[in-house]
Amino acid sequence: MQKFSGFELFRRALGGHKSWQPQWRNPEPKAEYDVVIVGAGGHGLAAAYYLAKEHGITNVAVIERGWLGGGNTGRNTTIVRSNYLFDESAALYEHAVKLWEGLSQDINYNVMYSARGVLMLAHNHHDEISFKRHVHANRLNGVDNEWLTAEQVKEFCPPLNIKSMRYPIIGGALQRRGGTARHDAVAWGFARAADSRGVDIIQNCEVTGIRRGPSGAVEGVETSRGFIRAKKVGVSAAGHTSVVMAMAGLRMPLESFPLQALVSEPVKPAFPTVVMSNTIHAYISQSDKGEMVIGAGTDAYTSYSQRGALHITAHTLDAICELVPQFRRLRMLRNWGGIVDVTPDRSPIIAKTPVPGLYVNCGWGTGGFKATPGSGHVFAHTIAKDAPHAINAPFTLERFRDGFLIDEAAAAAVAH
Amino acid sequence: MTNRFRTASGGRIDRAAPLSFRFDGQTFSGFKGDTLASALIANGVHLVGRSFKYHRPRGFLSAGSDEPNALVNVARDAARAAPNLRATQVELYEGLKAQSQNRWPSLSFDAGAVNDLAAPFLPAGFYYKTFMWPAGAWKRFYEPKIRAMAGLGVAPDLPDPDRYTQNHAHCDVLVVGAGPAGLAAALAAAESGAKVILCDEQAELGGSLLSETTATIEGKPAADWLAATLATLTARDNVTLMPRTTAFGYFPHNHIALAERVTEHLAAPGPDLPRERLWEVRAKEVVIAAGALERPLVFPDNDRPGVLLADSARTYANRYGTKVGERAVIFTACDAGYRAALDLKAAGVSIAAIADLRAEVSGELPSRALAAGIDVRPSTVLVGTKGRLRVASAQLAKVTKGAVGPAETIACDSVLMSGGFTPSVHLFSQSRGKLVWDGAAGAYLPGTSVERERSAGACRGVNGLQRVLEDGYAQGEAAALAARTYTSPARGATPAPAAPSRSIPASAEDLGTDGFIGATPHGRNPAFTKAFVDWQNDVTAKDLKLATREGMRSIEHVKRYTTTGMATDQGKTSNMNALGIVSEALDTPVPKIGLTTFRPPFTPTTFGLFAGAARGDVFDPVRKTAIHDWAAEHGAAFEDVGNWKRAHYFPRAGEDMHAAVARECKAVRASVGMFDASTLGKIEVVGPDAAEFMNRMYTNAWAKLEPGRLRYGVMLREDGFVMDDGVVGRMAADRFHVTTTTGGAPRVLAHMEDYLQTEWPDLDVWLTSTTEQWSVIAVQGPKAREVIAPLIEGIDLSKEAFPHMSVREGTILGVPTRLFSVSFTGELGFEINVPSAYGRAVWEAVYAAGERFGITPYGTETMHVLRAEKGYIIVGQETDGTATPDDVNLGWAVGKAKKDFVGKRSLLRESMSAPDRRQLVGLKTTDPKIVLEEGAQIVADPAAPVPVPMLGFVTSSYHSAVLGRSIALAMVKGGRARIGTKLMVPMPTHAIEVEVVEPVFYDPKGERLNG
Ligand SMILES: Cc1cc2nc3c(=O)[nH]c(=O)nc-3n(C[C@H](O)[C@H](O)[C@H](O)COP(=O)(O)OP(=O)(O)OC[C@H]3O[C@@H](n4cnc5c(N)ncnc54)[C@H](O)[C@@H]3O)c2cc1C
Repeated sequence: MQKFSGFELFRRALGGHKSWQPQWRNPEPKAEYDVVIVGAGGHGLAAAYYLAKEHGITNVAVIERGWLGGGNTGRNTTIVRSNYLFDESAALYEHAVKLWEGLSQDINYNVMYSARGVLMLAHNHHDEISFKRHVHANRLNGVDNEWLTAEQVKEFCPPLNIKSMRYPIIGGALQRRGGTARHDAVAWGFARAADSRGVDIIQNCEVTGIRRGPSGAVEGVETSRGFIRAKKVGVSAAGHTSVVMAMAGLRMPLESFPLQALVSEPVKPAFPTVVMSNTIHAYISQSDKGEMVIGAGTDAYTSYSQRGALHITAHTLDAICELVPQFRRLRMLRNWGGIVDVTPDRSPIIAKTPVPGLYVNCGWGTGGFKATPGSGHVFAHTIAKDAPHAINAPFTLERFRDGFLIDEAAAAAVAH
Repeated sequence: MTNRFRTASGGRIDRAAPLSFRFDGQTFSGFKGDTLASALIANGVHLVGRSFKYHRPRGFLSAGSDEPNALVNVARDAARAAPNLRATQVELYEGLKAQSQNRWPSLSFDAGAVNDLAAPFLPAGFYYKTFMWPAGAWKRFYEPKIRAMAGLGVAPDLPDPDRYTQNHAHCDVLVVGAGPAGLAAALAAAESGAKVILCDEQAELGGSLLSETTATIEGKPAADWLAATLATLTARDNVTLMPRTTAFGYFPHNHIALAERVTEHLAAPGPDLPRERLWEVRAKEVVIAAGALERPLVFPDNDRPGVLLADSARTYANRYGTKVGERAVIFTACDAGYRAALDLKAAGVSIAAIADLRAEVSGELPSRALAAGIDVRPSTVLVGTKGRLRVASAQLAKVTKGAVGPAETIACDSVLMSGGFTPSVHLFSQSRGKLVWDGAAGAYLPGTSVERERSAGACRGVNGLQRVLEDGYAQGEAAALAARTYTSPARGATPAPAAPSRSIPASAEDLGTDGFIGATPHGRNPAFTKAFVDWQNDVTAKDLKLATREGMRSIEHVKRYTTTGMATDQGKTSNMNALGIVSEALDTPVPKIGLTTFRPPFTPTTFGLFAGAARGDVFDPVRKTAIHDWAAEHGAAFEDVGNWKRAHYFPRAGEDMHAAVARECKAVRASVGMFDASTLGKIEVVGPDAAEFMNRMYTNAWAKLEPGRLRYGVMLREDGFVMDDGVVGRMAADRFHVTTTTGGAPRVLAHMEDYLQTEWPDLDVWLTSTTEQWSVIAVQGPKAREVIAPLIEGIDLSKEAFPHMSVREGTILGVPTRLFSVSFTGELGFEINVPSAYGRAVWEAVYAAGERFGITPYGTETMHVLRAEKGYIIVGQETDGTATPDDVNLGWAVGKAKKDFVGKRSLLRESMSAPDRRQLVGLKTTDPKIVLEEGAQIVADPAAPVPVPMLGFVTSSYHSAVLGRSIALAMVKGGRARIGTKLMVPMPTHAIEVEVVEPVFYDPKGERLNG
C-alpha cells in the first residue's frame, strides 16, 4: 500500500501526481474464498479489514452489487456518539468511538473524525428525566455525557434559539467526544486497507442466492458473476438484509424504511456542533465543506425506494427553522434517501444464525454509521471464531424470540 | 457609471426605466428587465466571484440557473440577507445591494488565492491523504483552518422576518418550462379544455424565444408570436401561468413541488405578500418541457472572467441588450458558436476568430459567418487563455491528426465557448424514469416513464424551432387526452411520444446535433494545466484523471472523490464533460459508465419555503381544554404535555412551585381539590363485538364487567410490554368509554384501528375518538361527595348505590354527564365528564359549591405527587417500553384465563419472568430531606470499578408534604425481593443511601378511597 502523508503528497506533486496507484484493485472473483462478505458498505469493508488484520484471514471477498460505499454508508449524516442507555449498547458504541479516535492513523486514511460534540435537546420534563437517566448510566459505564441547562446549551451552541419557540429548550445532554466523520473516506479507507491485506473487493456483482449443502451449512453464494464458493458467509447488506437472508431461507425480524437527509448550500462556519432534537424531529451539523447537514426520522411506510415524501422534508425543515430561525433563508441543495433496516428493539443484530457458516450484521436502522469500526471489529471476530465477541454476544437473532431485548428506542426514542 | 457595454438598441429591457444598484459598495446603473448579471456586464464588470478551493477570479459563465460562478449575497436589510444567489437570476430593482463572496480582503485582491499557487499540492482528495499527524491535530488545527477556507457565502445571523406560504393545486396538465415546446403544449392542452398550469423559473415566459431576434413563427416574428400566445393563454380561464416558479421536485404519484418567488424582484415588497410560495401540485398528467443546457468546453484556463458560454453571450446581447465584451474569440464544437458570433457581431462586438473543433465546417451558419468575413478556423482548439482578472488573450492551435500544433495568441476580452447542448432531464430522472443513451444525439434522453408524464422539445432531444413547437403541441394534446381518460395513477405507463398533429411553420437557425463531451486536446503537460470541468468546486480534467488512476471507476466514486457536480449548480454544466473525461480515461464508452443520480431540488430551494408558517406558536397546534382560560385567570403555571397546555400548579402570591404543590397536596388529603383531567385520551368503543374487541386489546377480562362499572385497563404491545393504561367504563353491553394517557391517545387509537382493520375485520366494532368531546373535572378528597351532591341530578351518590369504580349517567346543572367514581389520588374521588361546551360552566359551579370546603384547584405536579404517594404508575415514567405488567405490580390486571390478547404470547417467554427483571419499588432516602434526582441510577456498591454494575433507576421522586419527607419510585432488578434492604444512588460527587420499600407510601390499605 502506498503510504499517504503530507510528505508523499508533496513528493508526488512534483511528478504531477502521476505515480499514485489505485487505492484498491478491481479483481475478478476467484472460485473460492475462506470468507465472503455480502455488501461493501462501511460495515462489510471494516469486517473484511479486521478479519485480515486481527485474525490473519486474508482470503476474503467483499461482494457489492453496486459501488463500494454506495449504500447507507455514502448517504448518511455521519453522527457519531456512544451515549446509549443500556450497558450492552454503551459497550458496543463506546468500542466503536475508541476505534474512531485512532482510525485515520490505523488505516492511514484521513476519515476526518471530528469530535465536535453531539448535543441532544430536551424540550419537556420527560426528555429531561430520560436524558438524566442516560447521563447517570453513562457515567457509571465510563461514557462521557453531561446535562446542560438551557443557558449552557445556548453557550455551547450560540446559533440556537432556546426561548421564543413553541417548545422552548429546557436543557440538553452533551457528549463532547461525539461528532462526525467523512462517510466516503470511511468506506474508501477501509477498502484500501483491506485490499492491501489481500482482500478482494468485487463491485458490480450482486449476490442472488446462498447455496446450502445437504447438512444445511453454507457452501457459497450465487452471484451475477457466477458461483463463489465459501464456507463462511457474512451478510452486511443493511436495508436489503431481509432479501439476502431470505436466499438462505431465513426470515428476519426487520422492516425496511426510507430515511431522508438533505444539505444546504455551503456557507462559512455558522454552526459549531451537532444538535439533535428528537422531540421536534430534526438534527443538524455543518460539514467541513460548509453545508448544513440535516435529517430526521424515517418515513412512515416500509419501502425499498431510496427516496421519501416531501412532507417529511418539510417537517424536518420546520423544526430546523424553529431551532435556528436565522437559517430560514438558507437553501436546500440536495435531498436524498436511503433504506434502513429496523429491528423491533432498534438495536442491531451481530450474530451467528441458525444456518451453519452464515453470519449476519444488520438492524442498524437510522444509526449504524457511528458503529462502523466497532461493528466490523466484532463481526470479524464472530466470523473468525464462529462465536461472538463478548461485546456483541447480547446482540443475537434469538433475542426477539426469547425476549431479551435491548430496547434503546423505548428507553429514549432517540434516533441516530 | 455609464452602460458602456449596452447595444445601441434592442433587447427586452426597458430603456426608459433606469435603475441604480450597488455591487461591493460601488454604485452602478441598469434597466428594468436586467438581471444583476446583465447589468454588471453592461457596466463592463465580469469579475464577480472567487472559486471555492483555489480562490481563482471568476466571472459569469452563463445567463441562467445553471450559473456556477457568479454567486452573490443580496441583502435588503440586516435580517434579509441571502447568500449564494446566482447573479444571473437576480432581477434588478432600484436600490438593490449585492456583495461578492468568499474573498478577503477584496474581490480583486484575495489572500485566499495563495491556494492557487499551492494547487499542485492540493489535487482532488488531497485531504484524505494528509492532516493525520499528529493524531488529534485534525480536530484542533487542520479542520478549523479548512472550514474557514471552505463555505461560499455567509449565513444570515438574524431570524428571517419574511413570510412563506404553502398552497396546493390540482390540474389536468402541468407544463414545466415555457419555452416554445412548453408554450405549444400548454396551448394544445388548453384548447382541448384541460385545466392547465404552466410554470417557468424565469421572470418572463418564453424560454429561448426571448433571445430570438430573427426567428419567425406562423409568419410572425418570434417575439410577436410569443406575445400573442401569452395573450391567448392569459385570456383562457382554464390556464394558470406561473413565471418565477421553479418545479424543483418530482415526487411519487405526480406530486410536483413548485417554488414561486413572489417579492424577490420588487424594490419595495408589500408587507401583505409572502417572499415565496410553495405549490404542491397534483397533476393528472405532466409535460416536461425543460429545454437543454449549453455545455462548456474543457480547455486550459477556461475559467477566467470573460470566458462564457456562447449561447449565454447571445442571450445577453439579444435579450438584455448587453455586450459581453468588445472583441471575442469563439471556441465551438457545434453551430451554436456561429449563431452567437453572428448575433454578437450584429450587436457590435468584433469577432476575432472562431476556433472550431470540427474538421468539416459547412452548413448555413458557418457559411454565413464566412460571408460576414469572420476568421473561421476548423480543427482548431484553444490551448490556453491569459489575463489576470479578465481574459486578455486566447491561444489557438491547429489539431492535425490528433497532434496539437503551435499556438497563436489572439488578443480578446471575451471567449465564448459551446460544446453543444445537454437535454435537461433532471425532472424526468427525479420521477424515476429511465434514461437511455442516444448515440446519435450524444445525450441521455428520457426512456421508460414511471409516472404519468411525457417530455417535449429539447429536453427529449428534439431540435429545430418548428419541430420543437410541433412536438410541444403534440405532447400537450396527448397529455390532455390522457387526463380526460384518466382512471388511476398507472405504474410503468409509457406513452409513446405523440406524433406531430399540427403544423406550426417556423423558421430559425438550425443548430443540428453536433457537440463535444470531455476535455479538448491541448498538447500541454496535463499535470500542469488547469482545464476546469466544475467551475465552482474547482475540479479540473486532471483531477478526474487522478481519480480514475487511483481506482475510482464508478462515476459516483469519481464525483465524490473530486466533488465534480456537487456544487450548487448540481453539475448542470459539468456532469456530461466529467463523464466524457472518465470515459476516455477508463477507455469505456459513456453509456457503460452510467450517470450519477439527479436529486431534488432542481435548483437550491429556500428552507423557509418548506417551513412555511410553522414557527413559534403555530409550529405545532396548541391544544387547550375548555377550562384552560379559567386556570390562566387563576394564575396557573402551564406545562407542555404533547400538544396540550396543562395547568402545572396554581401558585398564590409569594409561592414557588414547591410551596404551591405542598399546599395543594395537603388540601386534597384534608378536604377536597379539583383537577382538570380533560386532556386524557378518550375513545368510544361501540358495537356488538365491543367486549370481545376490548378483551383482545387489553390484558384485562371485560366480558363480566357489568354495565355501570369501571375497570382499570392495561394495554400491551405485541412484545408484551406495557403500552398504555386507563380507566374504562362499560356504558352498556355494547359500549365502552375508554380513557388513555394524555400523550398516548393517538397512538392507542391507531393501534386499535390497526388491529381492527387488518387482523380482525370480522369484528363488528366502531372506534371514535372523543377526547375533545368531554371535559373531565376530577373532584378528589374526603369532601368530594359533599361538594358535588347538590349539583347532581338523577344519580344516587350513596356509597352503596355508587361504589368506587362505577359510572352513572345523569345530569349536573342540567348538563348530561357521565359520572365516574374513580380516584388517582387515593382519596374518595369523582370524575365528572360533561360535553366540552359546558366544561367551564360546570367547573365554575363545582368550584363555587366547594368554596365552603376550601376546594383547591390543583395541577399536574400535585397530581403526580399524590399518585406517587399511592404508588400508582404513570405509563412513560415508571414504564419505558421494557416493563411487563408484573414488573410494575400490575400482574393482577392480566386475565390469566383469557384465551388471547395482544402481547399474551410474548409474556409467556422465559425472559419475561426472569428473577432479575426490574420491578417497581419505593425508595426512602435515609436522610428524609434529600429528594433524589429522577433518572438517577441505583447500585449496590458505588465504589465498584467502572463499568459499575447498575441495579435500576429512579423513575419518580418528590417531596411529600403530607408525609413530611421525600419519596421515590424506582425500577430495581429483583426489586420486590430487596424490600427492606439498603442500596445506593451514586451522584457525580457523592452517593445517597436509600431503603427499598413497598411502593405505596400513604394509606396502604386503601381505606380512604371509599370516603
Ligand atoms: C439518510 C441517512 C442518514 C443516516 N444518518 C446516520 C447518522 O447520522 N449516524 C449514524 O450512525 N448512522 C446514520 N445512518 C445509518 C447508517 O448509514 C447505516 O446504519 C450504516 O451506514 C450501515 O452501514 P452498512 O455498511 O451496514 O450498510 P450500507 O452502507 O448500506 O452497505 C450495504 C451494502 O450492501 C449492498 N448489498 C445489498 N444487497 C446486496 C446483494 N444482494 N449483493 C451484493 N451487495 C448487496 C448494498 O449495495 C450496500 O452497498 C443514516 C442512514 C441514512 C439512510
